[in-house]
Order: sequence, then structure tokens, then C-alpha cells
Amino acid sequence: MSTSTAAIAAESSPTPTVKAWWQAGPFAAVFVVFFLVPLALVLMVSTWGFNEYELIPGFTLNNYLSLFEGCGSLTDNGDLCVTLSTYISTFKFALIVWLVTLVLGFAVAYFLAFHVQSPTWQTALFVLCTVPFWTSNVIRMISWVPLLGRNGLVNQSLMGLGLTDHPVEWLLFSDFSVVLAFVHLYTMFMIVPIFNSMMRIDRRLLEAASDAGASGWQTLWNVVVPLSRTGILIGSIFIITIVMGDFVTIGVMGGQQIASIGKVIQVQTSYLQFPLAAANAMILLAIVLMIIWGLTRLVDIRKEL
Amino acid sequence: MHASSTTAPGFRPLAIVFALFVLFLYGPMITIFVLSFQGLEGGLTFPLRGLSLHWFYKLAEGLGTVDIGAAFRRSLALGVVVMLCTVVLSVLAGLAFRKKLSGGNTLFFVTVASLIMPSIIVSLGIGLQFRLIDSGIKWALTAMDATDLLENYGTSLGLFTSALGAHLTWTLPFGLLIMFAVFNRFNPAYEEAARDLGATPWQTFRHVVLPLIGPSVVGIGMFGFTLSWDEIARTSQAIGDVNTLPLELQGLTSTVTTPSIYALGTVTTVVSLLVMALALGLVRLLGRRKGST
Repeated sequence: MSTSTAAIAAESSPTPTVKAWWQAGPFAAVFVVFFLVPLALVLMVSTWGFNEYELIPGFTLNNYLSLFEGCGSLTDNGDLCVTLSTYISTFKFALIVWLVTLVLGFAVAYFLAFHVQSPTWQTALFVLCTVPFWTSNVIRMISWVPLLGRNGLVNQSLMGLGLTDHPVEWLLFSDFSVVLAFVHLYTMFMIVPIFNSMMRIDRRLLEAASDAGASGWQTLWNVVVPLSRTGILIGSIFIITIVMGDFVTIGVMGGQQIASIGKVIQVQTSYLQFPLAAANAMILLAIVLMIIWGLTRLVDIRKEL
Repeated sequence: MHASSTTAPGFRPLAIVFALFVLFLYGPMITIFVLSFQGLEGGLTFPLRGLSLHWFYKLAEGLGTVDIGAAFRRSLALGVVVMLCTVVLSVLAGLAFRKKLSGGNTLFFVTVASLIMPSIIVSLGIGLQFRLIDSGIKWALTAMDATDLLENYGTSLGLFTSALGAHLTWTLPFGLLIMFAVFNRFNPAYEEAARDLGATPWQTFRHVVLPLIGPSVVGIGMFGFTLSWDEIARTSQAIGDVNTLPLELQGLTSTVTTPSIYALGTVTTVVSLLVMALALGLVRLLGRRKGST
């Protein structure tokens, strides 16, 4: 009986893709309402005017122009304009953090994938690396304070050992602490995709390479690295987009003294200068998209899950 | 088979790198756990001057003008709602992607875009959207001459409107990616067998598919809660007058100079760890039930 009702239901039901959209609909609706529409609004408002009290609908490119005001030449002190130097500073952080997390993440993933033999240990150590991901980023940032501060553990040890007679100042609220915190918080984003790629590598390929006379480094460079390419690229996209748009880590670990694009957008928003913030956001978005476009030309993410 | 044994070249240096990395990950966190039990006389750094729960009591009383208890409850409520939405919407979408879904590629692309979009842009967009909605509502109320309503109207920005949406743009992509990973390895023969035995689509899902994907669904729930519980960047511009616990915490980092802030760190981390333990326990339980039947 139930077979016959199922058959009838199948006949009278709409096409499969319509049925599937009933299931995907709520999910898609969230992204339309809370992602696509807001992005469109950012684009729209980036061309609006504004005064101290309200936004003025219209079309102007003044917001974009005012961001780069005075960028045509160097300032009297020989510096770049604020916007350009902010972008360069953000790029610098993105590049350094990317390099450090790539090397560190690759080493950790390689160890887990190729040196830990027992699957139980592999899972246990992998989980050990990922648990902090599910805890608060701010907590993980401020947990550096008792270590790196003026009277922190590192300075106490350095002075105790007689390596320095006054506290080292650049440990906290500096470029160094910002990079350190980024590496601390986000290396996970490199480890997981690289580990995932490495686990798919057929181990016989490594044996074949060594049988053919390849040294350890040659196997690593010519076999493992190319076959981990997908993971490396996914991890790189994560790291670069996170650092390019960051304002929380740079804010907390830079002692609110270091500029970044994200921080500029945040400050402009808090002064209700939405059109300026929106113009900045569109430029940031364009840069990030260009980087991702460059990276994804090399890989089809969906195939690799 | 195990040609490269544990004494393979490179094992020792890499093991050291790994051990240092784990120390690097956990060392600082352990430091603040310890320092949150700092004695009354102690400060933000070592040495420990006795052990006490003093700073936890201080925390319960509130830090400055911030009502920690209220922020805690708000974040908890939001986390639970985000978790439920993430589980239901991701599982449904995961099922939809197994069928013929025209436009599925676009939806997947948008989902991934949301995941890697710099959070400040999403946050700015949602904040802007709800402020424009506010302007629209106020304009409409003025046009309708509803003065009372207009005076009482605050803002449409809030915990379960804009902030909920902002969190979902961050948790749902993880949910969908997990569902993809699950269904890529899922054997459809079980469903076909159920269908051949006359099960309705709902019965097939409830009694065959759901028990099989149960542990992953619990995992999605855990992602949903913990990611929401600690979210700052996407919430920051999209929350309005009230704040979630991590936002309060971020504000306190520059104003609070007592170990109370470590106590707060310990409390929030314990909540995250509890949720992880609960999820793990639930996965075990599901696994045992599957084994026994």
C-alpha cells in the first residue's frame, strides 16, 4: 500500500529540482538576506553622499576619491598618504603571517600525516591541534599578556638570565605581538586543509620515489608538495582573507595603535561615516577577490572535499 | 606496508616542532587559567601571590559598568538559536545538494564566498541594511501619522535579528562543508533498500539516513554553538545597543587591569570546552546505540 502511495506521490510531485529547492530554500534565503543584499547595499551606499546627521542618496565617486586624497605625491615628510600606507602595512602583515603559517602548518601537517602511524594517535593529535579553534580568540590573545608584558614571564626570564637589564618593550603591543597572535590563532586554517590533502596521497608514490633514488628532500619537493597543492591553496586563501580584513587582532595585540584596513572601516562605521566605510570595504573586497581569483585559477575547491 | 617506521628520517626534528607547536598553542591559555586563581594581592603577571577565587567573585559582581551575567545569558541564548538554525538548515541543504539542484553551483559559490569574505565587510553590510530598514520604518510611521509607535520605536538591530543573521553567515558554510564531506562518503544503497521496503521519504530519512549521519550532525551543532559563542568580527557592527559576551570582553581588554579578566577568560573557555565534551559524549552515545542495534 505504501508503495502505491509513494508511486502516486512521485507522479504528482513537482520536478526533482523544485523539491530540492524546498530543502535548500531556507539556507539560500539566509545568504540572500544576510549576505548578498548587505553586499549590494555596501556597494550602493559607497556612492552616496553624507553629512553629520544622515546619508544622502545619490551617485558620487567622492567617497572613493577622498580616500586617496593626496596620494598622488609624497607628504612633506616623504611619507605615503594614510590610505596607501595602511594598505601596505596590512599587506605586510598578510605576507609575513602567510609565510610563517604556511611553513609551520605544513610541518605540523606533514608530521601528523606521515610520521604518526597509528590512526588513533593521528586523530588524537589532530584534535589536540584543533581544540583551540573552538575557544575564544580574544582570550587567546590576552593570554599573551602575562607572558610578553613589561613584567611578563619572558622579560622576567631574560632579566633573570642577565641577558638584558631593562624590560624588552617590543614584545607586546607591537608588530611582533600582532604576527605572533595571528600565527597562534590561525595556523589551524593551514594545518587542516594541508593535512586533508596529505592523507589522500597514495603512500606507494613515496616508496616509488625513494626506490627511484630520490632523496628525502626531493620526494618532499617533487611529490608531497605538488600533491598537497589543494590544501596549501585553501589554507592560503583563509589566512590571506582573514589577515587582510582583520581589525580585532591588530586592535587588541597592537594596543589599538596599529592601522589596518579593517580597523579604518570599523572606525569610520563608529563615526557613522557609512559611505566612506563602504567605499573602503569595496576596495578591500576588490583586492581580496583579485588575490583569491589568482589562487583559485590553480584549483577546484569543490572537487577536493 | 609500514615502510617508513617511526625512526624515519626527519621524525625527531618534526616531533620537536610539533611538541613546541602544541606548547605554543596551549601554554598561554594555561597561563591565564592559573593566573585567574591569583590571590588578592596578586596582579596581572606572575608570581602567584596565593590562590583564591576572589577574582571570580569580583567577576560575578560585574566589571565596571558591564553586566557580565546579562552578556553571558545573551550569548548563551544566541549560541543555542544559532546552533539549532545551523543544524536544521545545513542538513536540509546537504540533502538538497544530493538531488538535482539547478543553481546549486551558484549557491555553493555564495556559501564559500560568505566563509572567506572579510568579516568586517559582512558586518558593515548587515549594520547598514538594518539602519536603512530603521529609516524606512520611521518614514512609514511618519507617513501614517502613528506618533505613539514612532516614539516607542527603537531599532531593528538586535540579538535575534541582525546578529543572528551575521552569525549564520559564518556558521552555515561550515555546516554545509561538513554535510558535503559526509555525503561524499555516504552509501546510497541503504536508502534504496529502505525505499524498496516501502519506507516513505520521511521514514527513510528518520530511520536510515539520520542515524548514519548523526555524529556529523552533532558536530555541526558544536561548530554552530562554539563559533557563535566566540564571534566578534561579524557581530561588531551588526548588533545595536546590546553586546554579546566576546564583544564585552574585547572592550574590557583595554580597561580592566585586574585578574578578573582572566577569570572571565577561564569561564568562557570552560563553556566552550563543556560544549565540546557534550558533543563528544553524544557522538559516543550515538555510536554505541548504532553498535547495539
